[in-house]
Amino acid sequence: METILLIAYLIGSITFIIGLKRLSHPETARAGNLLAAFGMGVAIFATIFLYRDAQGAALGNYSWIFAGLAVGTIVGTLMAKRVQMTAMPEMVSLFNGMGGACAMLISIVEFDHLFHGATSASAGAATAGAGILLIILLGLIIGTVSFSGSMIAWGKLNGSIRDKHFPGGQYFNFALIGSVIVLSVLLLVQPSSANASIYFYSILVLSAMYGVMFVMPIGGADMPVVISLLNSFTGVAAAFGGFLYDNPVMLTGGILVGSAGTILTLLMCKAMNRSLKNVLIGAFGSTANKAEGEKSQGQHKEIGVTDTAVLMAYSQRVYIIPGYGLAVAQAQHTCHELEKILEEKGVEVRYGIHPVAGRMPGHMNVLLAEADVPYDKLVEMEDANQELPNTTVALILGANDVVNPAAKEDPSSPIYGMPILEVEAADHVIVNKRSMKPGYAGIENDLFFRPKTSMLFGDAKKVLQDLITELKAL
Amino acid sequence: MQFIQQHYDLITIVVLSIFLGIEVISHVPSVLHTPLMSGANAIHGVVIIGAIIVMGQAQSDNYLALILGFLAVILGTLNVVGGFVVTDRMLEMFKKKKPGK
Repeated sequence: METILLIAYLIGSITFIIGLKRLSHPETARAGNLLAAFGMGVAIFATIFLYRDAQGAALGNYSWIFAGLAVGTIVGTLMAKRVQMTAMPEMVSLFNGMGGACAMLISIVEFDHLFHGATSASAGAATAGAGILLIILLGLIIGTVSFSGSMIAWGKLNGSIRDKHFPGGQYFNFALIGSVIVLSVLLLVQPSSANASIYFYSILVLSAMYGVMFVMPIGGADMPVVISLLNSFTGVAAAFGGFLYDNPVMLTGGILVGSAGTILTLLMCKAMNRSLKNVLIGAFGSTANKAEGEKSQGQHKEIGVTDTAVLMAYSQRVYIIPGYGLAVAQAQHTCHELEKILEEKGVEVRYGIHPVAGRMPGHMNVLLAEADVPYDKLVEMEDANQELPNTTVALILGANDVVNPAAKEDPSSPIYGMPILEVEAADHVIVNKRSMKPGYAGIENDLFFRPKTSMLFGDAKKVLQDLITELKAL
Repeated sequence: MQFIQQHYDLITIVVLSIFLGIEVISHVPSVLHTPLMSGANAIHGVVIIGAIIVMGQAQSDNYLALILGFLAVILGTLNVVGGFVVTDRMLEMFKKKKPGK
C-alpha cells in the first residue's frame, strides 16, 4: 500500500516537472497543463485511499472529504468556465488566494493539534517540537500573506479597490514584519507558555494585515507581477506543508512553483523594463507622475467617426494597437469585423501587439485569438515598429501607456525606458478612448496632444460598430 | 540540529527542486507568461493533499478541525480545479490560431 502511494507521488512530481516544462513552449503548453492536472488527480486520490499515519491508521471522514472535493470542483469549474477573457488575471489571483488560505487553515488546525494534543500530524511532533512549530508558523505566515495579498490584488483588478498610499506605509510594513518575527521567536522559545495561542493568533492577524498593506500601494498596472510573486509565495507555503507531513509531492510541487514563480516574476519585470524593487515600493503612479500630470495640459484635436472611416478606407496600411480598453469593451469580435471590411477594400490591416498591453503579458494575443484574428496579422512590437513608418493610420484602441512617448523622451517619467510602440511614425494617429483620463498607470500621455494625433472618443465597441456602418455605406 | 538529520532527504529535494524550477522556466516567451503563471498557480494547489490529511485525521468531536479542514479541502480544490481549467481555457485560444499560421 505504502509503495503504491509513493509511486503515485512520484508520478505527481514527475508530471509537475514535465508539465511546467511543456507550459513554457507554445506548441506543447496545453498538453503540459493537462499532464500536470492528471498527475495532481493521481496524487489526490492516492492520498485519500492509501495514506496511512504513523500508527498505520487510514484516513477517515470520507464523506466530508468527498463533499469538500465536490463543492470545490463544481464551484471552481463554473467560475473558471464563466469568467470572461478580460477577467482572467483576477481569476488567477483569486484561485491563488484560495491556495494560500488552504495553507493557512492547515497550519491553524495543526497548531491546535500540537497544543491540545488530539492527534499529531507527524509521529514525532511532540518530540521534534520547535522544528515542527517553526514549519507550522512559516506555513501560516506565508499562506496568510499570500491569501490576504491576493484578495487585495483581486479587488484592485476588478476595480473595487483603488490604489492607496499611506504616508510612511513602508515603515509601518517593516514594523508589521518585525512584530511577526518577534512573536514567532517568542513562541518558538517558549512553546509551552500560556500565551502560546495568543501569540499564534496575533501572528495570523498581523500577517493578514501585512498582505493587505503590501499590495495596497502597488499600482494596478503592476498587478500581474504582484500576482506572480504571491503565486510563488503560495508555492512555498505548500512546500512547508510537505515538510509537515513528510510528503514528497507537496514539497516538489510547492518548491517548483516557488522557484519557477520567482523567476517568472523577474522575467515579467524585465518585459516591462522595471526592477522588482521598483515595483514593490510602488514608485509607479506615486510621486513622479504628479509632476508629470501638471506639466502636460495641452490642446487635443477630435475627429468624428465619418472622417475616420473615410481616412481608413483610403489608407494603404492600417495598424490597430489594441489595449485594455478593447478588452473591457469586449470589442475583439467587432474589431475583427472592421479588419475584414477594410481588407475587402484593399487596405492592409495589422495588429501591433505590445508585450505588456492589457493587464497581463500575452493578454492581447489571447483576446484576439478568441475572435479568430489570423495569427500572421498579430505583429510583435519590434517588427511593428519597423512597419509603422510605412503606415497610413495607426488606430489605438484603448491602449495608453504602451504608446506613451514619455517612455522614450522623458527621463523623469516612471515608465521611462520601457519599450513602446512608436505610433508617431505613422502618417495619422487616431486614438480611441472613453475620455481624456490617464491610463491605468496614472500617467499623462503626451501623445494625445501631438499634432498628428486625433482623438476619437467613445466606447471601443460602439465606435467600431459605427465605423463598420460608415465603411459599408462608403 | 536534529531537525536537519530527520529531514535530510526532504531538504535535498528542496534544493534540487529550486534549481529545477529555475531551469525549466528560464526560456519562456512573454506570450506564455500568463498561462504559465496560471499553470504554476494550479500546481501549488497540491496543498490540497495537506488539507485532505487534516480532514481525514480530524476526530469527530473536534469541530474546529472538522470545519477548518472542510473549508481547507474546498479552497484547495478550488485552487486546483479552477487553476487547471482557467489555464486550459487560455491555452485553448493559443491552439486555435495555429492553423492560420
